[in-house]
Amino acid sequence: MNVSRYLKNIILAELFVPVLLLTIGIYHGLMQVIYRAGVIHQASVAKLDYYQGLTLHGVINAIVLTTFFAVAFGHATIAFFLKQEPGRKASLLSLLLMVIGTLMAAAAMLSGKASVLYTFYPPLKAHPAFYIGTAMLIVGSWVAYWDWAVIYVRWKRGHREENTPLAVIGTLVNFTIWFVCTLAVAYEVLVLLVPWSLGWTAGVNVMLARTLFWFFGHALVYFWLLPAYIMFYTMLPKLAGGKLYSGTAGRIAFFLFLLFSIPIGVHHQFGEPSIGRGVKLTQSLLTFAVAIPSFITAFTIAASLEHAAWLRGGRGLYSWIWKLPFFRKDVFLFGYLINGLILFIFGGLTGLVNASYSLNNTVHNTSFIPGHFHLTVAGPVFLAILGMSIFLVSQLTGKKIYLPAINTIIPYLWTVGVLIFSAGLMWGGLMGEPRRTNMGLTYLNPASEQYHPYWVISSMLGLAGGGIMFAAGFLYFIVFFGTFFRKRSAASMIDFPVSESLHEEKRIPLFDTFRPWLVVMGFIIFMAYLPAISDALNNTGKKAPPYLPTDPTPIVTKKP
Amino acid sequence: MIDKYERNVIIVALLLSALFIFSLFYAMGARKADVTECLPYDKSYETARVNQIDKSTYQIFYVARMWSFEPAITYIPVGSEVDLFLTSQDVVHGFDIYNKNVNLMGVPGGVAKTTVRFDQPGVYKVVCHEFCGTGHQNMQAEIIVNYPKK
Repeated sequence: MNVSRYLKNIILAELFVPVLLLTIGIYHGLMQVIYRAGVIHQASVAKLDYYQGLTLHGVINAIVLTTFFAVAFGHATIAFFLKQEPGRKASLLSLLLMVIGTLMAAAAMLSGKASVLYTFYPPLKAHPAFYIGTAMLIVGSWVAYWDWAVIYVRWKRGHREENTPLAVIGTLVNFTIWFVCTLAVAYEVLVLLVPWSLGWTAGVNVMLARTLFWFFGHALVYFWLLPAYIMFYTMLPKLAGGKLYSGTAGRIAFFLFLLFSIPIGVHHQFGEPSIGRGVKLTQSLLTFAVAIPSFITAFTIAASLEHAAWLRGGRGLYSWIWKLPFFRKDVFLFGYLINGLILFIFGGLTGLVNASYSLNNTVHNTSFIPGHFHLTVAGPVFLAILGMSIFLVSQLTGKKIYLPAINTIIPYLWTVGVLIFSAGLMWGGLMGEPRRTNMGLTYLNPASEQYHPYWVISSMLGLAGGGIMFAAGFLYFIVFFGTFFRKRSAASMIDFPVSESLHEEKRIPLFDTFRPWLVVMGFIIFMAYLPAISDALNNTGKKAPPYLPTDPTPIVTKKP
Repeated sequence: MIDKYERNVIIVALLLSALFIFSLFYAMGARKADVTECLPYDKSYETARVNQIDKSTYQIFYVARMWSFEPAITYIPVGSEVDLFLTSQDVVHGFDIYNKNVNLMGVPGGVAKTTVRFDQPGVYKVVCHEFCGTGHQNMQAEIIVNYPKK
């Protein structure tokens, strides 16, 4: 379909801004592995401190890029599947809030006044601009969501007997999860952290702040993941040359995400005091429930791919796999998505390890955790973002892809890198290697009395994998910006490859309506989080004053 | 309404989850692998000390600060059972004993507790695994398990 110049520019800005920042994010990814492997024994390089770089890497790659992309992709899906463009004022307001917020947070981080990593970590204090900037980024994404919700309700009124397109269900489910979970972090930031950071309140209840953060913190990963899921269901079978095995399975998966994405955040807090074992166990079990939609997806997509390969003449129990279009330049998105799926098999399984109540003790806060989440976030999520951003830029600007052969190789190179990198990190993690630590200064510095030789080989694997990932990321920037600055050769449009369903599907009203699911979602969240919040409030003895990461004494605020 | 194979795979997924959940309860029951206890806060936890309860039972009260643990070095006889308590006086810290299944968070205003047995002699290194400021990578402690059993 054709898109207006206006929407085209909005979407392009929402891709260009975060990809530009991503150059900083990826540079710091490379620096992390260099520091950690003990190649350099320094606190900072080029006046950028290790922990500052870690903050930039986390915030840019995991929040800025993913949020901008989810909004850009949401605009494209809503416009394409409902045949109506998002409102002009709403999309502009949303873009402005996100860009201004991001610039504020970026300024605070780059000036070294917000080295509190992306989980905020009170009572370590960041500059208020960091908190307010992140809050504005989030609110900006809400504006887009409200606008789409209105468009959907209006569309539904005119199409009562028609199944809502799967991609639209996915987008709305995703942003509903996002809206609900970010309410907690908005409360944390606006009510607890900003007044405290400005010196208006003396102390902050650290356990409450952490609990509110993790209410958001795990649902967040599904917010990253669901755009990739939408592509798996609605595009991947078509790209492979086949059809989607079951659309109903996709609907069930999305609605299960709606129910179980949020009430599981306490599984990040198994090692923490002040929250009862009962709450921890309950949320651990709920985490197993949220694995079920991923199992359903794994089956449905594998079946769809097998079907596609059979249509292409593939036979046999496994040999059909080689009939899939792995290196075809015209369907390069297939390479990005299939590699994401392969990484996600390992990412999902290691995630179950982290979420397992007692098993978590072994891996909590060790480098096993970044090993796991690079398989998920740097796997399906990141590859879907890379592939789709190139796809959208090429279509929206009407320009041909720059270096198409390189473009098909990037996801494979990236995947090899991630597998080596994550294997190293997870192996190290099982040997107790801590995450978020500049190990080059101490544990991997033979001159230090804390030298810990067990972690040498594992962190070297991390360095090797990280180096390959950096190379793939570098090639991506060449293709992305190369395409962006080419001469235009066609009209601008959005034309997604849309998978049809293999079987004829009747409309099942339960799987085409939000209300009952939202009620159950609210109920489960309430039951899971009421005791957690109450524990955090009642078992915590004192509030904490603000601290700067550089100074062991608290910042004393003047008494009025 | 749902395809036959689809239904089967949902059943397999549910059974697999049930297996995981069974293993989890097995670990809790038979192997006594459990997460930290939830204790209400009390100011007395902020005094670092080692208590001997009887011949082979100890309590260690750890206080974490930027960027050290107190007590930094403790001596424990082989074969002791130790209750570990951990709180923080400033920011959030982590507490991981190398080669032992002990993994706690030190949060100001909260008290984490776990129990661990030391059956092998050795120097058990404790590292902080939660970012707690620019000196984070220097933060460590040692538990030295060396006295003979009898």
